[in-house]
Amino acid sequence: MKRFEFDWKPLALVPVLALLALPLIGSSSTWLTLTVAGLAMGMIIFVIASGLTLVFGLMDVLNFGHGVFIAIGAFVATSVLGSMGDWTQSQSLLRNLVAVIPAMLVAMLVAGAIGLAFERFIVRPVYGQHLKQILITMGGMIIGEELIKMIWGAQQIPLPLPEGMRGSLVLGDAAIEKFRLVAMVVGMLVFAVLAWTLGRTKIGLLIRAGVQDREMVEALGYRIRRLFVGVFVVGSALAGLGGVMWGMYQQNVFPQMGAQVNVLIFIVIIIGGLGSTGGALIGALLVGLMANYTGFLAPKVALFSNIALMAAVLLWRPQGVYPVTSR
Amino acid sequence: MLNRLLSHDLPRSRLLAAMLVVLLLALAFAPFLFPGVKALSVAAKILVFIVLVASFDLLLGYTGIVSFAHTMFFGIGAYGVAIACTRYGPTWEAIATGVAGALTLSFVLALAIGLFSLRVRAIFFAMITLAVASAFQTLASQLSDVTGGDDGLNFRVPDILNGGYAFLDERFLGVNIDGRLFCYYLLFFAALGLLLAMLRIVNSPFGRVLQAVRENEFRAEAIGYRVVVYRTISSVLSALFATLAGVMLALWLRYSGPDTSLSFEIMMDVLLIVVIGGMGTIYGAAIGAALFVIAQSYLQDLLRLGSEAASGLPWLAALLSPDRWLLWLGVLFVLSVYYFPTGIVGRLRVKTQGIG
Repeated sequence: MKRFEFDWKPLALVPVLALLALPLIGSSSTWLTLTVAGLAMGMIIFVIASGLTLVFGLMDVLNFGHGVFIAIGAFVATSVLGSMGDWTQSQSLLRNLVAVIPAMLVAMLVAGAIGLAFERFIVRPVYGQHLKQILITMGGMIIGEELIKMIWGAQQIPLPLPEGMRGSLVLGDAAIEKFRLVAMVVGMLVFAVLAWTLGRTKIGLLIRAGVQDREMVEALGYRIRRLFVGVFVVGSALAGLGGVMWGMYQQNVFPQMGAQVNVLIFIVIIIGGLGSTGGALIGALLVGLMANYTGFLAPKVALFSNIALMAAVLLWRPQGVYPVTSR
Repeated sequence: MLNRLLSHDLPRSRLLAAMLVVLLLALAFAPFLFPGVKALSVAAKILVFIVLVASFDLLLGYTGIVSFAHTMFFGIGAYGVAIACTRYGPTWEAIATGVAGALTLSFVLALAIGLFSLRVRAIFFAMITLAVASAFQTLASQLSDVTGGDDGLNFRVPDILNGGYAFLDERFLGVNIDGRLFCYYLLFFAALGLLLAMLRIVNSPFGRVLQAVRENEFRAEAIGYRVVVYRTISSVLSALFATLAGVMLALWLRYSGPDTSLSFEIMMDVLLIVVIGGMGTIYGAAIGAALFVIAQSYLQDLLRLGSEAASGLPWLAALLSPDRWLLWLGVLFVLSVYYFPTGIVGRLRVKTQGIG
């Protein structure tokens, strides 16, 4: 058999898209600002989408309720950050991080714990039935959204950035918001940890093998279900983390934000190929860039541009850029 | 005769048949049986929802695919009439133009979405329809020159449909014989006709193929039916019927806005009605829609009572507040998918078969 060859074509799409946008936008400093914003948004979306795509790949579970973990993460963060005013008001980035990192951890914990319950009560009874899964997880999302409204209220809550992360760095003519750099760093950290876990550890090996052929791995004596619960919880926690970042990116949170981001995530995992983490990264970066470029060029069609992007990718590779499952 | 009218798909349960007859009679004589503006609006809403839900059932229940863009087509129908009537004045020609335009747009959109997503995997369909529907919703609220934005469009309909137009000077059986009544009966016969048409479709050979696809896609393909083609046709048909339901809604309300036709909450309502009524039965759509609309119109009052009664316990009161109506809908929805997957009609039919 041929040695594993890296398929570079999808990866090339990201710079190609960025370069294509350059002449349309005209000014290179605006282009740089938009590109950084797009990459930051892409990294946040990737953090959220990675869990969903693994959950689908491993257990064939399509979770329409994934968005609720995003909202939960973001709302928990408002509560945690709200109680640490001294630290977020401080000018020093280090002191800000002391506030933001616990907020992120608590958000991940809460989202993960709710993910565990969600898996047990909502998803487990309907394994293997796609139609019911879609209906039930959608119902779960509605319930979650309403509970959030009950606890935090139905209105929009501002989530101000900590002082040290506000403002922007000026690079030539281009202004780059500091938080976007932070988001990119966090996103890359998550990607690195995920890539390392999936590529270098035994659990990662089992997950990847399970995504490709679940029955074979079960036949070898591993309990995929148990592994799946773990992946579901981690995926939910990552969605919670992504929610914190998304909330800080938008600087406000509202109960329907999960449903809003869900749409982007679905586009991302379809572009990436269901079950593929690498594909999700590329999809997320493409969607992030596209959203920012079209948001600048033609704001009214911003969402449609992502759908057009997805349609174009599907015409090229009907299973997504990196198809992994045979299902 | 009756058998042919119902396309040989009889209710097959005495109780169900009785419920359907009661529903038919109640709706046919609603203006005389239940006087009052609110009751008539509820009856008209039931008529619209029967068509809307039955058209969704064509897709979910008979073909086994989930679409979240159904309210988009519903909205296209409503906005089609609204925009045409605002632009060209309250004439029948304007309404016809609006309907034709809306049907064309729905046809093209449904065909495009269907060919794109169903060609690859049926599971993409749910995700892609969700994306398209939310993009469409955003677009509708942003193009405020055309759609009126978040405020929606108020428009005038031909005089003959208005309350001011009197056919008889005197009241008949205590009811004004006016344009409003005419409009209601227009809706009633439209709903009846559309429902029978859908019954005809699902009981035709074509409908049987749809059910075969639902039960086992692989086998259907192996027998020689192009699954993609059938699924796409089904989604297009269901979109067209939903568009007509939207037209009915707009004519009745003389208004079209994001909350009445496009919103995601209506999508949830439709999903819930299909599940409660019974997936894969057109009758279930009718029964479910009637029960649901009545419950929706009166259950919120019940919740308010509960909330006031529980005012001693703040968290319970918050849980029972009428604003949390969607929460209970969600719980009901999840429970009925678990324990009640065949819905009311499925239950009734099983019971009959068990005895007979």
